[in-house]
Amino acid sequence: MKHVMLSATILTVGLLGSAAGPMAQGGSVTGTVKFSGTPPANPKVDMSDEAACKGKYPTDPVITVTGGNLQNVLVYVKSGLPAGPKVTAPTTPVVVDQEGCLYHPRTLAVMAGQPLEIRNSDPVLHNIKVVAKKNRGFNISQPAKGMKTTRTFTAQEIAIPVACNVHGWMHANLNVFAHPFFAVTGADGSFTLKGLPAGTYEVEAWHEKLGTQTMSVAVPATGSAAATFTFKAGS
Amino acid sequence: MTDRVRAGLRTSCERGRWVPERALVRQWRELDDGAAPAHYSAGRDPPAREPDLRPLCILAFVVVFGVLAVPVAPAQEGAANARGKELYDKWCAECHGETGAGDGAAATHMLPRPRDFTRAVFQIRTTASGELATDDDLRRIIDEGMPGTAMPGWRGRLNAADRDAVIAYLKTFSTFFEGATPQPITLGRAPRGTAEGIAEGRAVFEKLECFKCHGELGRGDGQSAPTLTDDWDQPIHAADLSESWNFNGGSTVQQIYTRLRTGLDGTPMPSFSDAIDANVITDEQLWRVARYVRSLSPEEPPRPRDVIRAAVVARLPAGPEDSAWAMVEPAYVPLVGQIVVKPRWFGPAVTAVWVQALHDGQTLALRLTWHDRSSSPDPAWDEWLGRMRDAMSDGDAPVAAEQGPDRLHVQFPVRWSDDVERPYFLGGSARRPVSLWRWSSDGDMLQEGTSTGLGRFTPAAAGNATHSARYDRGEWALQVSRPLVPADSAAAIPFMPGRAIPIAFFAADGSNGEDDVRGAVSAWYAVYLDVPAPPRVYVAPVVAVLVSAGLGLLVVREAQKQAGRLNRREG
Repeated sequence: MKHVMLSATILTVGLLGSAAGPMAQGGSVTGTVKFSGTPPANPKVDMSDEAACKGKYPTDPVITVTGGNLQNVLVYVKSGLPAGPKVTAPTTPVVVDQEGCLYHPRTLAVMAGQPLEIRNSDPVLHNIKVVAKKNRGFNISQPAKGMKTTRTFTAQEIAIPVACNVHGWMHANLNVFAHPFFAVTGADGSFTLKGLPAGTYEVEAWHEKLGTQTMSVAVPATGSAAATFTFKAGS
Repeated sequence: MTDRVRAGLRTSCERGRWVPERALVRQWRELDDGAAPAHYSAGRDPPAREPDLRPLCILAFVVVFGVLAVPVAPAQEGAANARGKELYDKWCAECHGETGAGDGAAATHMLPRPRDFTRAVFQIRTTASGELATDDDLRRIIDEGMPGTAMPGWRGRLNAADRDAVIAYLKTFSTFFEGATPQPITLGRAPRGTAEGIAEGRAVFEKLECFKCHGELGRGDGQSAPTLTDDWDQPIHAADLSESWNFNGGSTVQQIYTRLRTGLDGTPMPSFSDAIDANVITDEQLWRVARYVRSLSPEEPPRPRDVIRAAVVARLPAGPEDSAWAMVEPAYVPLVGQIVVKPRWFGPAVTAVWVQALHDGQTLALRLTWHDRSSSPDPAWDEWLGRMRDAMSDGDAPVAAEQGPDRLHVQFPVRWSDDVERPYFLGGSARRPVSLWRWSSDGDMLQEGTSTGLGRFTPAAAGNATHSARYDRGEWALQVSRPLVPADSAAAIPFMPGRAIPIAFFAADGSNGEDDVRGAVSAWYAVYLDVPAPPRVYVAPVVAVLVSAGLGLLVVREAQKQAGRLNRREG
C-alpha cells in the first residue's frame, strides 16, 4: 500500500511539474497502461541474511499488475515538442524510500534540476549507487534509519540504474527529463501528461522489463487526447 | 623488441600484484634498457637465490602483445595537443583504448578493467562522490600508479610536462571536463591516534556495517562480497583490508580517510560524507575507522625473503591452530596469475601465501595461511563464478560452470642437485621433475606425488605427509608435516638440516573459477632447516661451571687451612 501511495505522489509531482510551466493552459494526454494475459512470476528475493528485511518481500515486484493495470510504467513525450521557453524545474522533491530492502517506488522520474530525495526507512546500511552516462552518477551511503539525502541531475537521460551493493537485489531506475511532460503509472495504471501545446507528439511508455511502446498522439489546444498502452508478457 | 611490446611489458610487469619486489622492477628496467641480466639472456633458469617472475611476465606479454605491434590508425586529434596524443597512443592506448573507452587490446586480460575515460568516472579523487577528478588527482595516479591493479606509476618515465599533456589529452575523451574545474572537498585533520581510538574505530566500522562487504576481519569476504560489480558490470572484489599495500588509493590513514569521504566512484564503495552531514557519524569517528582499517595491516608492506627459516623445537605444533605457531614469524610469499600454461589465468584471487616452518630433528612442519574469500564450493559464490566466466573466458578455454575446490600445492625438487639450476618453477619438467603436495578442500585431501609440468602429476604409491586444515572468515590455514627422511627417498627429497630446500607454491580459489592450471603461482623460495644443537652444547657449559666452582672451592679451602695454621702459630 505504501508504495502505491508513493507512486501516486510521483504522479502528482509530475502533474505539478507540468502545471508550473508556462504551457499550463494547453491540452493533455490521458490514458492507462494495461497488461494483457497472465503476468510472469516475479523473481524471488532471498533476504534471509538481512534480519531487518527478512520475509517482508518474498519477491522483487518488477512487474506489478492490478486488475489488468500495469504499475511503474514511465510515460513521456519523446518527440514533437516545439522549441519554447525553458520550463523551470519544480522545487518539490521526488521521494524514493528504501523500506524492507526495496525501493519505493522503483521507477523514478524527475525534471533536470528537480530534487530527488533519497530516504532510508530501514535500520541497516544501504548505499545508493547511480550509474549515469549523461549525468554525473554517484555512490553514497545511508548507514542509519531516517537518513535523507538530496541530489539533482542536469541532463535528460532515461533508465539510469539505481542500485544498492549491500543488497544485490535492490534495483530502481531513474529518469531525468528536460521538460515536464512525463508521468509514472500508479497501481491503477493511469497517467496524464498535462499542459501540452496543440500538436502531434510521439508518446512513449517504458517499462524496465517489458520494454517500450510508442504511439503518435494528436493533442488539441484545449481538452484531452486519450492513449492506452497494452503490454504483454514477452512483448 | 618494439616500443609497443616494451610498453606492455613495463605496464604489466610492474603491477604490484605481479611483481612482488622493487628489485625485480629494477631488473626489469635493466632488461628494458638492453642490459639483460646474464642468466636471463642465457635462457637458463634463474639462479637459485632470487625469486624470479620474469619468465611469466615475458611470455604472457609477448603472447598478449606480440600480435599488436601494428600501427594505430590516427584518432581524432585533441585540441592541438599533439604531444599528449602521441604519448597516450604510445603508452596508454594498449590498455585504455584509442578512444579512451577502457577497451584496449590488453583490457580483457585485466581485472579490474582499465579505466574508461569516456564516462569520466574516477575511483581515486579528492572530490565529492560523482564529481570529476582534479588535475592533481590525475597527476597522482599517473605518477604513482594504482597498487593492486595493472596501472603502473610513471614517475621517472614521463616528465611533468609530458604527464600533464597526457592528462589534457585524456580529458578530451569526455565532455564532462569541458569548462569544469573540479574542487577538492575540505578534509579536516586526523585526531590523535590512541589504542582506544582504534577500538572506537572498530565499533564505528561495525555500526556502519563495513563488514557486509569487507568481512568481519576485513578480508573482503563479507556476505555481499560475492554479488559486487563495478559500473561496467564486471565482478569486483571487496578490498581485503588486511593487505593495505594493495589499496588502490594508497595505504596511509589520510588516504583511507579520503576514500571513506569521497567513495571510490565506479566501484560499490560509497562515500560517507553525507552520513557526517546528516549527523549519523562524526568526522572524528570516520578518522577512527580509517585508523582501525589501517591497523588491520602490518605497518610496513611485507617484503618477500628468499629463505624461510625452520627453527628447531622440542615439540612440533599439533595443528594449524596450535598457539605454538604464534611464536614463529610468517614469511610472505607473493603469488601471481599463472599466465604461461594454457588455460592461463589473469584474475587470480589469492595474492599471497604466508609460510611458517619448524622442525624437531625428525619431522618438518609447515603452516601455510592464505586469504581466500570463500571455502569453495560455496553456493553464495555461484553468481560470482558466472560473472568471472563472462569476464575472463576470453582467449583460452572457458571458465568452468561449476565451482571447483580451493587448492594449495607445495613443490620441492625431487632430489638434491649440486648445481644452481632448479627445476622449472611451474611444476617441473620431464628432465627435472618436482615433488608435489597437492592439498584440496574437496574432502580435505592431501595427495603426494611427482610432477613433470603444470597439470602433469603422478600420485605416489604411499604418502609420507600428514596434514590438517581449517577455514575461518576469509583465511585458510594448513599444516603439513613430513618426516625429514621419507620412506621412499627416490620419490621425495630428504630434508637435510643445514641446507636450504627449494620450495614453491600454487594456490587456486575454486569459487573464482580457478580450476585445472588456473590459479596463482610463486617463484622458487627456500626453506632452511636449522641444525639441531648437539648434546655437548648443553653439557659442556655445565661441566665447565662445575669444574671451575670445584677448583675455586679447593683454592678457598687451601687458603683457609693456611690461614688457620698461621693463626695457631701466632697464637
